[in-house]
Amino acid sequence: MEVILTLGIGVLTASGVWLLLRPRTFQVIMGLSLLSYAVSLFIFCMGRLAIDVPPVITGDGRVDASQFADPVPQALVLTAIVIGFATTALFLVVILAARGMTGTDHVDGQERDS
Amino acid sequence: MTLALILLLPFIGSICAALMPSNARNAEAWLAGAFTLASAALVILMYPQIKDEGVVRAGVAWIPQLGLDMQLRIDGFAWMFALLITGIGALVVVYARYYLAPADPVPRFFSFLLAFMGAMLGIVLSGNLIQMVVFWELTSFTSFMLIAYWYHRAEARRGAGMALTVTAAGGLCLLAAVLLIGEIVGSYDLDRVLEAGSLIRSHTWYPLILVLVLVGAFTKSAQFPFHFWLPHAMAAPTPVSAYLHSATMVKAGVFLLARLWPALAGTDLWFTLVCGAGLASLLIGAIAALFQRDIKAVLAYSTISHLGLITLLLGMNSPLALVAAVFHMMNHATFKASLFMAAGIVDHETGTRDLHRLRGLGRAMPVTATLAIVATAAMAGVPLLNGFLSKEMFFAETIFAGEEPWLRIGMPAIATLASVFSVAYSLRLGHRTFFGPPSQKLPRTPHDPNRWMLAPSALLVSACILVGILPARTIGPFLDAAARSLLGANVPEYSLAVWHGFTLPLVMSAMALAGGIVLYALLFRLRNGALAPAPLSRPLDGRRSFEVIMVALMRTADRLLNTFSTRRLQPQLALIVFAMVAIAGFTALENTTARDRVSLTPINGAFALLWAIGAACAIGAATQAKYHRLAALIMSGGAGLITCLTFAWFSAPDLALTQISVEVVTLVLMLLGLRWLPKRLEIDDPTRRTPRARVRRARDVVLAVVAGTGLASLAYAIMTRPRGEGIARFFMEHALPDSGGRNVVNVILVDFRGFDTMGEITVVGIVALAVYKILRRFRPAPESMPVPRAQLADAESGGRSDAESSLPRGFMLAPTVLARLLLPVAAVISIFFLVRGHNAPGGGFVGGLVMATAFIVQYMMSGTLWIESRMRIHPQYAIGLGLLSAGGAGCAAWLVSRNYLANITWHGHAPLIGEIHLSSTLVFDLGVYLLVVGATILILVALAHQSLRSHRQQVETSTTRVLAASPGASSSGPA
Repeated sequence: MEVILTLGIGVLTASGVWLLLRPRTFQVIMGLSLLSYAVSLFIFCMGRLAIDVPPVITGDGRVDASQFADPVPQALVLTAIVIGFATTALFLVVILAARGMTGTDHVDGQERDS
Repeated sequence: MTLALILLLPFIGSICAALMPSNARNAEAWLAGAFTLASAALVILMYPQIKDEGVVRAGVAWIPQLGLDMQLRIDGFAWMFALLITGIGALVVVYARYYLAPADPVPRFFSFLLAFMGAMLGIVLSGNLIQMVVFWELTSFTSFMLIAYWYHRAEARRGAGMALTVTAAGGLCLLAAVLLIGEIVGSYDLDRVLEAGSLIRSHTWYPLILVLVLVGAFTKSAQFPFHFWLPHAMAAPTPVSAYLHSATMVKAGVFLLARLWPALAGTDLWFTLVCGAGLASLLIGAIAALFQRDIKAVLAYSTISHLGLITLLLGMNSPLALVAAVFHMMNHATFKASLFMAAGIVDHETGTRDLHRLRGLGRAMPVTATLAIVATAAMAGVPLLNGFLSKEMFFAETIFAGEEPWLRIGMPAIATLASVFSVAYSLRLGHRTFFGPPSQKLPRTPHDPNRWMLAPSALLVSACILVGILPARTIGPFLDAAARSLLGANVPEYSLAVWHGFTLPLVMSAMALAGGIVLYALLFRLRNGALAPAPLSRPLDGRRSFEVIMVALMRTADRLLNTFSTRRLQPQLALIVFAMVAIAGFTALENTTARDRVSLTPINGAFALLWAIGAACAIGAATQAKYHRLAALIMSGGAGLITCLTFAWFSAPDLALTQISVEVVTLVLMLLGLRWLPKRLEIDDPTRRTPRARVRRARDVVLAVVAGTGLASLAYAIMTRPRGEGIARFFMEHALPDSGGRNVVNVILVDFRGFDTMGEITVVGIVALAVYKILRRFRPAPESMPVPRAQLADAESGGRSDAESSLPRGFMLAPTVLARLLLPVAAVISIFFLVRGHNAPGGGFVGGLVMATAFIVQYMMSGTLWIESRMRIHPQYAIGLGLLSAGGAGCAAWLVSRNYLANITWHGHAPLIGEIHLSSTLVFDLGVYLLVVGATILILVALAHQSLRSHRQQVETSTTRVLAASPGASSSGPA
């Protein structure tokens, strides 16, 4: 499973970076979106992969931490997801406004001269 | 306590002054005067204590580990300065009340004046060097604001900018020096630094420290070669010049030199540098002052000259010279401040300060003339006035300055020469202005001003006379206390008397007076007193070098920026990605440790299939995003879905829930946005086939593949190593006992790391407001303005004016009704998620997103008009309430004396319901919930409303005028 997830992260990252370097605003926003999936998964997998052991305590509270999935990366990723939505919204609105003001969807607000 | 109050009063007064109405001249003056006098009274009351104890200290520890404490300290010397600052401050307040015109915005003036006073007191009362530098820079800043008070005048702006640049740069040098001193001594405490004088002087850093300190002091005290800013600062209102540029701020430099005298003085280097600068300033200032036309310019150069005199005394390495320096600081402050006030009165009454136009004002304004002439005489060093006493001490010191013959002869000679010029310019000032036939060409008819405008000057002048006649009885004890606090037991014998017998200093004084009279008479005969420009003014004019340096700095900065930066986004992003890959790759290769393999989880075919789809989606999105945006969006959503399933698969139910809800709202958001992004037509672009473009794309492919491989291998390397002992154990073990929650992820978010979450929801709220604001002024691309086909069909069949008619008809009716039924269900589910979040997957984020989605569905199905005619939706209130709720839950912990955001729980038993478990974290999570609901709805609805506005602009069927283009504003209640 680790291998599959690794490949997934790799493909997501590569696609994201490729789009990030494109000249069109919509490509960049898509790139950021893919890249944020990749980074979320990357941070998440820092806690290692575990199946059927969510960090929800059952019983009287005396717990063996190694018997649960790591909650720390999960908490980090959770906030990252919500912040990601907010920044995507902001970025989207900015590119819409930029498109209206500059008349182009190039990231620099003007077409390349060459 | 008293000490802290002395320092705080001006700052409190400054804030009060700033809050007053702009025409409250009298109220402002009363307020400023009251605060200043209160501070001055406290200073005076401190005197007995200082006399008895020597040094009084007060302070609180701030960061003791770094040696940073708020440390106040007053001794005789600081007391003298504190009295000078508050006393002259009070006089200047009275004077300014009458000087400023009714049209001038007084709150700004008095606010900054008081703030300056506080900063200046901070310098003299600081017991910690870092703290002193902070106040030092604060005086530069407030001085900038005061010089630029009449900021509509170009010369005021320029003078202020120059003063700030020079003095603030000097302040930075001083900071560097102080840090070095702290390194050597091991403390920033002033007492410890003064004790460690020999340690500092013998250290190899001493020359560097000395130069840095001197740059700081010389820039502040307008000493050569940094003297040029002071004449330009004369663009300030005259009360400011009287206060800052004669009595106090420029004294900060010499104050610092005297303060650090026990620690830094006593070396040859000190003698050379300090005496050199002092001598140059003394002479240049005195000569230049003689050739100025503007009265204030004369006074400015004279100030440079007198400060040069003080600096020279400080540089002589003799305790007696130090006493003389301190004495002259006081004397100069009194006569120069009163002279500035007189200059202001002349300007105020006649409308000009031009010495070529002013003549014979003595008859029209006798009181002003008398005061000014006495002060001028004090400046010239006429006997029976205070200037004479300190000048004589100065002459006496020059005689013993050094052993070498050139010093023995040269020093007294230069001192006398400078004094000749000093007498000459004083004479010129008094004679030109007040004697001779009255001038007929003045802009206004002069007469003596209001007596309250004269009173401050009169008080200062009487101080000059009193000290001049009875020095030992008036200033004696205070000067003694000041000298004792600087020199300790080494205070030399000195005598404050008008008459010492026929001594060499007396002869020098007489020579200076006679020489000055002859010089002025010659020049007056030669050119009738109209002199310009000063000899040597061009080569020694620091302003030109300053401007050349500034221009060169700007040019260099521009050139560097042009060379090393770009405005284009792509190269910047490429560089960032490249740097990231390089740094991460390098460190990863450095740290390859032997791997301690762990057993991998067995491969599941379904999971492999999922990721085959995910990877295909990602690549598809990457290739289609340019021309087929909708397809790219759907595929990116597919990748998101796979991500979400991965979370669910590997024991992260909270993440899966959040991801899926965010996916939904993001998709809606993007779809709304796509409406305004004109379609890109797939045309054959020849620039795409140029070799450069190909190379660029190839480079990007390589970069993307390398980045992907890098992150993937990093992930793999970590996943195949055993999980270390992280902080997870702590959270797992403490979640239930400490926070009473079973869902550890949620417990971390709302309790252990609640402050992070607090910051995060604040960001989300701010982003939502920013989005709303940007869309208020949104100008869509012209190509996207036409109403889409689907909407057009609607508009033709009845228009959009009626909310009911915008409801979908036909086969879409059933889902619309179902969606309406969904709202309460969704609300219940979202609250269920919120409440159970602490113990089971869920929480405020997920609940909030579910609720927001339910609202969005209503909008989508029934149309904005229909919804908003039936519901009042105020997402901004939800944002505010959410932040209040989360913040309030944090503050609640204070009630039981615990830290911000600490968890408070309450267990109880209620009839019927049974066990109740209440926790402040639930309130916090409620805040998160409300904020997420509000922010999401605000963003989406603001974007959705754009289509209404465009519709209105396009169709323009007059009846749609009532619809506002923004959420909240358009809710008009049930139709």
